[in-house]
Parts: sequence; structure tokens; C-alpha cells
Amino acid sequence: MIPAIDAALPPNAWLPLLVLASSLLPGLVIFFLAEQRYWTRTLLNLAGSLVKLLLVGAMLWGVFHQQQYAASLPLLPGLDLVLRVRPLSLLFLSLSAGLWLLTTLYAIGYLEDSPNRSRFFGFFSLCVTATVGVAMAGNLLTFLIFFELLTLTTYPLVVHRGTEEARRAGQIYLAHTVIAGALLLAGTVWLYTLAGTLTFTTQGFVADLVERHRWSLIAIFVLLIIGVGVKAALVPLQSWLPRAMVAPAPVSALLHAVAVVKAGAFGIVLIVYDVFGVEVAAELGVTKPLALVAAFTILYGSVRALFQDNLKRRLAFSTVSQVSYIVLGVAIVGPLATVGGLVHLVHQGVMKITLFFCAGNLAETLGIHKVSEMNGVGRRMPWTMLAFSIGVFGMIGLPPVAGFISKWYLGLGGLEAGLHWPLFVLAGSSLLNAAYFLPILHRAWFCEPPEAWPEERDFGGNKETAWLLLLPPLVTAALSLLIGLFASMPFTPLEWARLIAEREFYQP
Amino acid sequence: MPMLLNGADWATALVFVPLLAALACFLVPRAADWLGVLAALLILLATLGLVQDLLSDGPLRVAVGGWGAPLGIDLWADGLSAALLLMTALVGLGVSVYAPGYFAAHPQQQRWFWPLWLLLWTALNGLYLSADLFNLYVMLEVLGLSAAALTALSGSATGLNAAMRYLLVSLLGSAAYLLGVALLYHGYGTVDIALLGQRIEAGAVATTALLVMAAGLLLKTALLPFHFWLPPAHGSAPAPVSALLSALVIKASFYLLLRLWLDLFSGLGGLLAALLPELLGLLGAAAVLWGSVQALRQRRLKLLIAYSTVAQIGYLFLGFPLAGVQAEEVAWRAVLYLALAHGLAKAAMFLSAGNLLQFAGHDRIADLDRAVQRLPLTLTAFVLGGISIMGLPPSGGFVGKWLLLESAFTQGRWGFAIVVLLGGVLAAGYVFKVVGYAFTPTEIAQEGEAVPLRMQWSALLLAFGAILLGFSAPWLWPLLGVGDPFGLPIAEVGAAR
Repeated sequence: MIPAIDAALPPNAWLPLLVLASSLLPGLVIFFLAEQRYWTRTLLNLAGSLVKLLLVGAMLWGVFHQQQYAASLPLLPGLDLVLRVRPLSLLFLSLSAGLWLLTTLYAIGYLEDSPNRSRFFGFFSLCVTATVGVAMAGNLLTFLIFFELLTLTTYPLVVHRGTEEARRAGQIYLAHTVIAGALLLAGTVWLYTLAGTLTFTTQGFVADLVERHRWSLIAIFVLLIIGVGVKAALVPLQSWLPRAMVAPAPVSALLHAVAVVKAGAFGIVLIVYDVFGVEVAAELGVTKPLALVAAFTILYGSVRALFQDNLKRRLAFSTVSQVSYIVLGVAIVGPLATVGGLVHLVHQGVMKITLFFCAGNLAETLGIHKVSEMNGVGRRMPWTMLAFSIGVFGMIGLPPVAGFISKWYLGLGGLEAGLHWPLFVLAGSSLLNAAYFLPILHRAWFCEPPEAWPEERDFGGNKETAWLLLLPPLVTAALSLLIGLFASMPFTPLEWARLIAEREFYQP
Repeated sequence: MPMLLNGADWATALVFVPLLAALACFLVPRAADWLGVLAALLILLATLGLVQDLLSDGPLRVAVGGWGAPLGIDLWADGLSAALLLMTALVGLGVSVYAPGYFAAHPQQQRWFWPLWLLLWTALNGLYLSADLFNLYVMLEVLGLSAAALTALSGSATGLNAAMRYLLVSLLGSAAYLLGVALLYHGYGTVDIALLGQRIEAGAVATTALLVMAAGLLLKTALLPFHFWLPPAHGSAPAPVSALLSALVIKASFYLLLRLWLDLFSGLGGLLAALLPELLGLLGAAAVLWGSVQALRQRRLKLLIAYSTVAQIGYLFLGFPLAGVQAEEVAWRAVLYLALAHGLAKAAMFLSAGNLLQFAGHDRIADLDRAVQRLPLTLTAFVLGGISIMGLPPSGGFVGKWLLLESAFTQGRWGFAIVVLLGGVLAAGYVFKVVGYAFTPTEIAQEGEAVPLRMQWSALLLAFGAILLGFSAPWLWPLLGVGDPFGLPIAEVGAAR
């Protein structure tokens, strides 16, 4: 009785569906696997993520050559569940597909011998499924559905450890995201009753309504932005993020770099560009307050990070700050700033995940959880700390690491729009980044190591840690160097962000 | 395509199969388990046959035994009845598969469960298919009596107490309804809804009848402030019975109220017809908020689910003011979606609660102790049902809330929109309160009894049903439109075939 996908669709409807299936099906199978089926589970995980990566690669090539990918399923009369792959979707898709592979590898190493792994990897896969759904959403309804699915699938990961603290963190996470989801739903339905459509369009679909419904549109904008802004950790909606740090390190990596926070930032991009259209949004006068909120979040997150001794909390506040670069780039209306914001979506992901991987390694190998315990750790774990250092330089924005490219375009974009204050915000943020990150590097490389580490584990031989834990941060650190160095080659994030800006947002 | 059986046969079967099965189960208790499941399968088959017939040939009216109204008994069905029949059949099948597992430990209860439950099912199907007010009264009375008897099955002091209270409420409700029927019969000389629809006119008789019938049915539907009997009854009954009461029984009296409103009273005009929908909407909104807050405060799982029912009933009444006096389809369709989704989801949740109860021997929420790990299927069922209850996508509950919000925003009824959203947030609060404890080990690890797989899977499949309902619009939408139940008065449908 359930309707099949329209058989008359062109053949390239299958790729988006396969991208979803490549993590959904392994995830569902994994739930039913017995705990000790280590190899079956690993095989499923890796096969799924490799297939997804290949599919995304194929679509990258296709979209570059003007191919179309879309699939839809009727949900309500006049409203379909639509998956549509556009250049913007691919930016997010390739980020999440690539980092999912690495995070899966890392998680396999990290969770070795810990209980409930089938449950963990099951939800892990579902979480990525929801993320790629968000990336491919062709209308606001589809976006909303996958966005809520993301909430539901990340909750079990946040409470995975089963401690009382984890339960509390889960509660706070849900309280934030569910209320935000309700606001998002309200804004979406309201918009639908006014506009009669929810399909993402390159210049937005509300231009005709501005005259008659100006105030309604502004209210809808606020509802929608708060709805996605919780996940993007905009101040004052950020307080769930540092608490969610009780989750295992791969989950933190996932939350911060691949899925949740990114989905929030991506939502802001969609709402500004594809729902309202950036020019309409500027005309409504809503972009300027958004830019100010972003600027405040950037500074606030950095200042709070200064005072955290817990390493993961410090990184969490750093995320709060860094993700708002994306929002800032979107809210400064102009092509260059857009490029800067979009490219930071990828850059921040790659750099931040490196830092989280390294923090996880320190905790797993030596039992280090605090900055004050990191004296001399560079001598004990040189490779990990090398990756960490590259990530840190990127965060500060030193060339040639990727973070520099983002800041360069954001700054230029501000100037192009005739604004000077973004420059000061960026410079201030760089200084603050340096102030909370460089002391860590100083301790790690130049201080004397202690007699004994808090809780050292032996991985055999002279290895600094398990290779599954070491490999992913090295790869992402190398990546963040490479995409910075070769930013102008085809298919780098920067070039792709330019292509998006040209094709979609600022058509001549 | 020529069918072996036509719509009339399916409709007749829907009443007689459960009735005969009830008798058979009473006479041959040893065979009751498989007789009951067989009957459930046959009823589902008959329902699907009827749905198929309605979709192809439109609404149906059958004179049983060849005597037409006003002398004989007429059965009739349109999209509204078919949708509820289908939900009843699905939930009924799920509970029938579940029950043998549950009652294996309580043979004495099982002896009475099957006849009573099949009698209840007869009354439900009869109620959805009846075309005259007196017949509806009979069905309502059978429904109330068998439901109260089922509530008493557990035999505990609280259970008996709750059942007694439930019985009295139910009798009072039916009596009020009967009074309304008598008034209408006296005034217009018929109890056939179609004929009444043509003859009824605004005046003291119609107003009084409307008031007493509505009061009786609201009492039975447990709309705030008439909900007082519901949490103890639904909370203390055996789990399969709780599922039936919450998912099906209250829907029947709601259906009757809706039917009377749509076919007899909404067109009357006058002050009452204008004010009553607003009043019902306000009570509904209050029920949503109050029920959800109460659910959040509960420490026992079954009571939490029961209070959630109080809240969910509230949503159904938001349709009245949003649809207004002139029928506005979206709001009614929203209400139907919510009723169907609640039926499937709430049954799944009560059955899951039954599993947890059997597993741990208690249903204290704070002591669920890693239930997620130890009963994963059951917890999945609970959460999937919960997703539909809180209206998160993709699920039947989500579609219902979406449509309800759409209608509220279109008419600028902001208050109702806020209530709908707030109710969803509170529901997420109480569902995830349970889930959070189910992830967290208690200090003293607990041992559990094994729970048969059929009990776990029946709960899970019902929950899947609530989720899949979210994708059902392509065929459910046309089905709901059969006979235009929310638009045309029934009088014009009568002669459709």
C-alpha cells in the first residue's frame, strides 16, 4: 500500500537514495549483531562509509558537469519529501561522508573492549544518515524531518555511557533541541500557509510576500533561526554543547565537526539563501542582527574557552566560537563573505575533528583530561601533538593552514560589503584563539613531563598509541594543511564554495 | 473486477465475526488463544475488503436482512468509519497476538479476557457501522460494560475500585446519551441519522439533545474535566486491556460525538452551535497542557502513559474550533490522523509497559535499570510510539500536528498553535524521561524475567504502524474523503448507491 518511488524518475534518482541507504542499512543490521561480532560489525561500518564516499564522489563529478540528482516521496497532498543534490548539498555531503569514514575508524579503535558497541555503531550510522538527509534536503519540510531525526539519533550517543552525568547532559541536550524543533516547526508551517510552497530556491521563495507580510516574515525568520541556531550553538542557545562533552570522544567529534553543529550552521545557510534569499533577507533587515549575534558568539565562545581547564570543554567553547564564523559569513551580505562562510563549514570541520581526535587520544592513552596535566606530553606522544599543533594553527588562522583561507575571505567579504567591524572581530578572535591554544602547545612541547601519567595504557612495543587512534588525526591534520596550501586547485573546498556562490547565490 | 464478496458482506462480517468468536471463546476456553488470533486476522481481512470496496465504489449503506430504515437495522460506512475500523483492526490484531503471552502467567484472567475483548470488538465495529441512534446506544452500552469488566480483570483492590468507578461513569454517560436519543425521537419521530439530518431544526429540543448527548459522550471520552476516572482505570488494568482502553475505547465515544456534530448539529446555527466548538477547543487545550504536565510528574510508567492519553484526547477536540461551524477539511483530517496515530502509538506504549512490568516486576520509572540494553525491542517500540505521540517526524502524529498547525496558522488562531507545539515539547519531556532512566543503571543491578518474543514484536509492529502512518497520505487521504464525511450531511450520502 505504501507508494513506491515514482518509476518515471530519471535514473539518477537512485544516487541520493543510495547515499541514505549506505549508512541506514548497515546501521539497522548492526543493531541486531551480537556484541562479540567484532569483524562483521567493522566490515559493515567500513563498507558503508566507503560506499557512501564513492557515491558522493560520483555525484561531485556529476554536479560539476551539470547533472541533476533528485528523488521524492509524497508525504501530504502538495508536500513531498524531496532529496535534491545541489552544489551546496555536496559541500556538506562530502564533509560528512569523508569525516564519517575517519570517525568510524577512530571509534572502532576507541571503543575496543567497551560495552554496548552494537548499539553505539547502530546509532552512529543512523546519525550520519540523518546528516546526509539534511544535506540533501530539497525543501524545508524534508530539512525539518531529517533535522529532528538527527536530534533523536544523537541522544542515545550522548547518554551512551549510562552515567547519571550523561543522563543529565542528555536531558539538557534534548530540552534545547526539542524546544528548538518546535519553533522550527512553527516557523515552517507558518511560512507554508503564507507561501504555499517550501521548495528551496536559489533566490528564495518569499520575495512576493515582502510587501504584504513583512512582519510575519521577520517573525518567521526569527523562529527558523532560533530553531536551527540551537544546534549551531549561537549565544545564548549554546549551553548544551559544553555539557554534551560527557559523551565518548568519537561522539564529540561527530557532534562538533560532522553532524549536529554543522547541521545547524548549514540550516542557517539554507534559511538565509534558499528560503528567504539573501537580498530579501537584507531588505527585511534581519541579516544585520544575525551578523551581530554571530560576532558576539565568536567573541563570547573564545573568552569562555580561556578559562576552561578541562581540555574537551575548552575545545567545546572553541567550537561555539568557530561555528559562528560560518554564520557571520552568511550574514555579511556579499559574495566573498559567502565564500568565506561556506568554506569554513568544511575547514572548521576538518580542523576541529583533528583536535577532538587528539584530545581523545590523550584521554585514552595517558588518562589526560585537563590542560594542566599536559606538561611535556609532546615528548611522549609526538605524532598526536603534531596533529594537534596543526589544528591549533588552523584555528588561530595562521597560513598555510585552512583556517587562514576562511578568515581571509571573511575579512575581504566584510570590506567588500563596506564593513570594517568584522575585521576587528576576526582579529580579536584570532588573538583569543592564540591566547587559549598556544599555552597548551607551550606546555606540551616545552615543559618537563611529570614522573607518571594519570592513567597510562600500554599498546605494546614503543607505539605512542593504537594505530587506529593515531591514523585519523594525522589524516585530518594533513588534510587541513593541504586544503589550505592548494586552496585554488579544482575540487578543493574553496573552489567548490566559489562555484556555489557563482551558480546559486549571486547569479549575474 | 468482480469480487467474491462485496462491501455489504464485509461490513456484516465485521460485526458477526467477533460476536461469534466471543461466543466460541466463552464455550471453548481451551481453544481461546488461537480462536482469538484467527478472529483478529479475519476481521483485519474484512476491514481491508471493506476499505477496498469503499475506495472503488464510494460510501456504503446496507439494510441488514432486507428491511430498510426506519424499520430494520442499517449498516453504513464512509471514509471516517473505515479509517477507524482499520485502526481498530490493526490494534486489535496486535493486542490479540500479545495477549496469549501476557496471560500465560494468569490463566484465570485469560478465561475472561477473550470473550470480553471480542465482545468489546463487536461493539466497536458495530458502533462504527451503525446508522441509527438507538443502535449506536446499544453498541455504546455493550462497549462500556465489556470495557469495565475488562478493567476489573486484574482483580487487585485498586483495579476493582477503578473498574467500579469506570462502570458508573460509563453508565451515566450512556444514560445521558439515551436521554438525548429519546428527546430527538420524540421531537422528530426517527432515530435514523440520515432522516434526522433532514428533519432536525434549531430549537429547544435539538439544543437540549445536543447538550445531554455531548455531556454523556465527553464523560466517556474523558475530556478534561471529565478525565478523573481515566488514569486509575487505564493505569491499573492488565497491560493489553490498558492498550485497548486507551487506543480504542475512548476513540469510539469521540467518533460518535464527532459524527453527531457533523451530521446533526453543526448545521443548526444559533448561539450554542457557535459557542460549543470554542468551549470544546478550550477544554481540549487545557487537557493537552494539564495532562502532559501530570504525565511528566508521574513516577510509574503506566500512569505516565495514562496521563499522556488525557493530553492526547485534548488534541482531538482542537478540531472543533479550528474547523469552525462550516466544515473545514484540514482540521478534521488532522484530528483523524491524530486519533489513528494515537491509537497505534498508545497501544504500542502500553504493551511495552506491560513487557517492562513483566520483565522487572514493577514499573517504577527511576528503576528501569538499563532496560535499553536488556529489552531493546521493547524500548524501541516505546520510543517509536513516543515519537508519534510527541509529533516528531516522520510519523502519523507529525502529519496530524502539521495539519492542525496549518489550519491554526491559516485562521490566525495563535493560541491553539502554541498549545499544539507546547504539548509536543512536554510529550518529549515525559517520553525521554523514561528513556533517560532506561539508559542509566541503578545502583543495585536487577534481574529480569524473560519476555516472550511475540509480546515484544507485537508492540514493535504497532509502533512501526504509527510511524508508517506518516507516509500513508497517498491512500489514506482519498479514503478519508470517501462519502465526504466532513462536508456533506449524511442525508445526501444515503442514496449514493
